[in-house]
Amino acid sequence: MREIPAQQIIDTVADMCIKANRYLPADVKRAFDACAAAEDLPAAKEVFRQLKENYELAEETGLPLCQDTGLAVFFVDVGDDVRVTGMNLREAINEGVRKGYKDGFLRKSSCDPMTRKNVGDNTPAIVHFDMVPGDKLKISFMAKGGGSENMSRVTMLAPAQGWEGIKKFVIQRLAEAGPNPCPPTILGIGVGGTFDYAPILAKKALMRSLDALHPDPKIAAMEQELLAAVNKLGIGPMGLGGKTTCLGVKIEMRPCHLASLPLAVNVQCHSSRHQEVEI
Amino acid sequence: MAEYSLKTPLTDADIQKLKVGDVVKLTGTIYTARDAAHKRLVETLDKGDELPFRLEGSLIYYVGPSPAPPGRPIGAAGPTTSYRMDSYAPRLHGLGLKGTIGKGKRSEEVKQALREHKAAYFGATGGAGALLSKCITAAKVIAYEELGPEAIRELSVKDFPLLVINDCQGGELYAKPDLKAAGLE
Repeated sequence: MREIPAQQIIDTVADMCIKANRYLPADVKRAFDACAAAEDLPAAKEVFRQLKENYELAEETGLPLCQDTGLAVFFVDVGDDVRVTGMNLREAINEGVRKGYKDGFLRKSSCDPMTRKNVGDNTPAIVHFDMVPGDKLKISFMAKGGGSENMSRVTMLAPAQGWEGIKKFVIQRLAEAGPNPCPPTILGIGVGGTFDYAPILAKKALMRSLDALHPDPKIAAMEQELLAAVNKLGIGPMGLGGKTTCLGVKIEMRPCHLASLPLAVNVQCHSSRHQEVEI
Repeated sequence: MAEYSLKTPLTDADIQKLKVGDVVKLTGTIYTARDAAHKRLVETLDKGDELPFRLEGSLIYYVGPSPAPPGRPIGAAGPTTSYRMDSYAPRLHGLGLKGTIGKGKRSEEVKQALREHKAAYFGATGGAGALLSKCITAAKVIAYEELGPEAIRELSVKDFPLLVINDCQGGELYAKPDLKAAGLE
């Protein structure tokens, strides 16, 4: 059994929180350049110009890319042959979030749902654990902003609605969301599982790089079809019109009950901040 | 589409010349307030007490900034989504609020209030929090400190870049989604 001291988890998580909020991933930067070049409208080009200046400034000054530094969301793959010593793994992750959000001057957005009182340290983190073979620990972190998260939806389609029903729901959702979630967005789509599992799939889909095609060519083709359809809405960057309403669509699928077709759409803003570390 | 440099407080004449799509470089004092602060403001009005700042001619920026690192007046400070403040905005416009700054769509009631009370809704670029903080030269908490990022702050801004999304004539800048092209109709 391989042992990892809790302090290493704490330091790693704190570092991930700070870096994710400060440095926009390279795939998103490339998508900005490609989409800006394709736009004809001056307003759309201007939004991309500002977003580029913004990420350059964040790198230079150490300020976060966006004031909404998110709720801390983690997907953790825990190898069967590894254990964390000195502290429970979930607690070590929370401790890392406390440290990262404090040291990085990141906004603490976690609050009581009813009194709205701020927790003060951005915990508890939302953590999804998976047991996997091996002696490694893989931690994926996402700083999930509230504005785009609010535009997300889950629904239970009838099996007969199939792919056409999925497409219709996703396009309709984005049309209704319009400028609200800071377009151009990235869409995480969860298809299958159960009522509760589809949104987890949708969120996990957002961890994938924009460049990474789905390994199943049939699902990769569905992603491309949805992306093209959503972009025809013409909402454009910040809702000001144009060709880029969405930078990418990522679908994750799992088998579901024969009576069900669960569908979740997790909307991510253009500031797609995530990090992945394997220990 | 014109470009204007405006100074706070804003007057009816300032607002009346603005049309959707105009760019405004704003200089002066603005106030931050978002969800929890708006609830407090309206409770204060209900009790008949005085608000922590003068509404006449003023602008509210819907923002919850990140903490200021050493040597800076404020952290990242981009707009939050505005619709959550829609239920509060008409009342504040009725008391002289001349503008709000945020991102995303407003309700019919807010658009009606903009027409009635000669006010405007301005958009700032969502997610450009680092960039926008460059235009903020000073910041201080003036009310509800216990709300943390949601406290009301008085900001001094210089050439803060805004886009007129809804003007006082009923115009709106946002693109209508083309449902037909996307295959929905």
